[in-house]
Amino acid sequence: MEKILIRDFSLTYSDGQESLKQVNLAVPENAITVLFGPAGGGKSSLLRSINRLNELADVAEQKGQILLNGQDIYAPGVNPIDIRRKVGMVFSRPVVLPLSIYDNVIYGNSVAGQKNRKLLDQQVETALRQAVLWEEVHDRLNDPAAMLSGGQQQRLCLARVLALEPEVIMLDEPTSALDPVSTSKIESLLQELKRTYTIILAPHNTQQAARMADFAAFFLQGELIEYGTGDIMFTRPKDQRTQDYISGRFG
Amino acid sequence: MEIKLRKYFTPARKEKIGESTLILFGLITVLPIIALIVFIIIKGLPAISWTFLTEMPKNGMREGGILPAIIGTFYLTLGTALFAVPPGIAAAIFLAEYAPDNRATRLIRIAIVNLAGIPSVVYGLFGLGLFVIFLKFGISILAASLTLSIMTLPVIISTAEEALRAVPSSFRVVSISLGATRWQTIRRIVLPQALPGILTGVILGLERAAGETAPILFTGAAFFLPRLPQSPMDATMALPYHLFVISTQVPGMPVDIQYGTVLVLLAFVLGMNILASVIRSRARARRQW
Amino acid sequence: MNTTFQKSSALPASEWIITRLIQISGYLSIVFVGLISIFLISEGSPALVEVPFSSLFGERWYPIEGYYSIWPLLSGSLLITVSAILLALPLGIGTAVYISEIAPQWIKEILKPLVELLAGLPSVVLGFIGILVLVPFLRRALDLPTGLSGFTGALLLGWIAIPTIVSIAEDALNNVPASYRQAALALGATRWQTIWGVTVPAARSGILTALMLGIGRTLGETMAVMMVTGNAPVLPSGLNALFQPLRTMTATIASEMGEVAKGSTHYHVLFLIGMALFIFSLTVNAIAFTLSNRRKKRAERLLS
Ligand SMILES: Nc1ncnc2c1ncn2[C@@H]1O[C@H](COP(=O)(O)OP(=O)(O)O)[C@@H](O)[C@H]1O
Ligand SMILES: [Mg+2]
Repeated sequence: MEKILIRDFSLTYSDGQESLKQVNLAVPENAITVLFGPAGGGKSSLLRSINRLNELADVAEQKGQILLNGQDIYAPGVNPIDIRRKVGMVFSRPVVLPLSIYDNVIYGNSVAGQKNRKLLDQQVETALRQAVLWEEVHDRLNDPAAMLSGGQQQRLCLARVLALEPEVIMLDEPTSALDPVSTSKIESLLQELKRTYTIILAPHNTQQAARMADFAAFFLQGELIEYGTGDIMFTRPKDQRTQDYISGRFG
Repeated sequence: MEIKLRKYFTPARKEKIGESTLILFGLITVLPIIALIVFIIIKGLPAISWTFLTEMPKNGMREGGILPAIIGTFYLTLGTALFAVPPGIAAAIFLAEYAPDNRATRLIRIAIVNLAGIPSVVYGLFGLGLFVIFLKFGISILAASLTLSIMTLPVIISTAEEALRAVPSSFRVVSISLGATRWQTIRRIVLPQALPGILTGVILGLERAAGETAPILFTGAAFFLPRLPQSPMDATMALPYHLFVISTQVPGMPVDIQYGTVLVLLAFVLGMNILASVIRSRARARRQW
Repeated sequence: MNTTFQKSSALPASEWIITRLIQISGYLSIVFVGLISIFLISEGSPALVEVPFSSLFGERWYPIEGYYSIWPLLSGSLLITVSAILLALPLGIGTAVYISEIAPQWIKEILKPLVELLAGLPSVVLGFIGILVLVPFLRRALDLPTGLSGFTGALLLGWIAIPTIVSIAEDALNNVPASYRQAALALGATRWQTIWGVTVPAARSGILTALMLGIGRTLGETMAVMMVTGNAPVLPSGLNALFQPLRTMTATIASEMGEVAKGSTHYHVLFLIGMALFIFSLTVNAIAFTLSNRRKKRAERLLS
């Protein structure tokens, strides 16, 4: 069943460049959908459109629909904050907020008005355990999050999103700033999490795309070129351009 | 002759002479500042005593202390802070976090630059016209503080805006992505991070206000008032104006009282300056980004 | 899973109010500039009616007898400003070039706070030191009757204007891309040639801005100049006048506004002078603003 349905979605930034062109895509529930392709293809733009974060950018024009659970997230009356809480996002650089580890994890719940300390404690532990970070940090939750290593910071960012109890988790090149060990930790974590969540991943290289994809969509200059299951997309894609890309001929 | 000169002024020699000249220029600028401060401290210290700091002036200000001027400057600075800091920071938040890049915003920026450039005595005229006469506050601490606060506003706005802009934009994006509103993002993340920078700007603005004479000349300063102000509607003595009075208007003024007054004013200003630097460097050391 | 979206509660009331307050504060600066213009015009323009034009540009400023010529004050201000800037410009630019291009880091760290400190010193303090040190010195050195003269004011003002010029010029020099310098040095230019042939010309608009704001600072300075110029509103005749007592526009307002009756001609003329100062500062700042805005960077992308 599809969690997110993108229909004829086009996006133009105010510099006049059309960054997404009539994209149609169904994102299935409880699976990892990978968006891949060369830089500038529109992957990040699409991700940011799915949680309405692109409202911070200089968007000049936007057409089409994005449905979450069958409802248009851009319909009038929809509060973007609700969307962002349902569709969490992890960025390419681990950006921890200048707060303690604890306050980073509960940030989303705290801005939503959650004040019950017991409940918050509970949420912190659950989220950190899910992100496999609890063992490493449980005795220093009040230390500044900036003191963690890069890999730990990125897992903290993931825990922060998990604490929102979202339905969808989007990750935009989440391991591009990490070493191989931290990278594989995140990757196995995602395999674990897909049982409960819908995951959309924009990997930072084709190998990761192939490793992680249950489903994959190839983006080139704002166009969705081809879509299919991971097995097929990375072994025998139909489109010549997809083939060229995965065999390393450009990008 | 000309050839000889050209031989003498080789590029290397030229460079040496040129750079020495620049060093000289730097020294001409800076040495008098050091000399001035050392001179005032040496001359002023002997005049400072408990009575000088805590007593009313006596005998046509030729004896006694300068307490009302000290208290007056303190009140004026406090009043200025009260009126200038909240709208100043709010305006900076508007410019750094909300303002769209359009005509109106450009107009605001032009207004701020112009406010910063208006001569202080013109602020005095404006304060006289608006606060003293039109709003009937009379010559008072209230009118003078309001005048000083408008003068201080552009300093606070520009430094606070700079401090806010220095906070990495990724924090804002992340905060919004976690479901925070714009104001929550500012309140919980941006403001705390920018606070030391904002504080530095506020103190530097107040430092300037504390030392100003022209804006309070006809809005709040009293020539001689041997009692402490009782309410914001009272006029008040103030250190800078008092210094002006005793160095130009009172014949036969003992020099040590003059030097003592200068030293107290300088201590006020230098103290704020040092406070600002301490805040700045401590924040820089603690910053996580 | 079925989700119903919360209706657009959008912003809680408190946030709406705060956002409005912030917005209003943003526009406050425009309001104040407007108010200042209104008050100066409404209190100053009656002077144009009350004092005949010929008298306004006559020879004498002697309000007690009804002589309201602003010529002596205007020329006093201009004479002192020009001389002060002639002094401050080379010193200020020289110091800025030294700090930004030549000085080793540790000297920078001493010089910059000192220059900032000078910018923060109250002008009465500088005027006081002027009276105690500069005035007696010039009296002896130049054999002036009192030592209070336009020249004394110009020397002091020149020094006061230096920090403004240094800080803005230094900013401008720092903004010149390092690649410019490297290119020049790679072509075999000495550091000295690079500074004057490449770096300073590239920072031209910033240096002009510094000049403009320096002029604004000098023209608007009140207390220090009032304390050391001798305060004589005489029409300067020739350059020699610089070494005689003078009176600026700012000093006139400061020394006379306290004693005039509200609504009198004298009162209106003083506001008229304030209006003139306001217009000067607007002009100078407008020029500075356009100059410095030309090299403004593109707005950063919030999302890359
Ligand atoms: N915030 C923005 N403002 C303007 N243009 C943008 C912005 N973000 C991305 N773009 C442009 O949109 C296009 C797609 O970029 P992006 O979505 O980042 O692709 P990808 O993530 O696949 O590299 C690029 O040409 C990029 O320059
Ligand atoms: Mg991207």
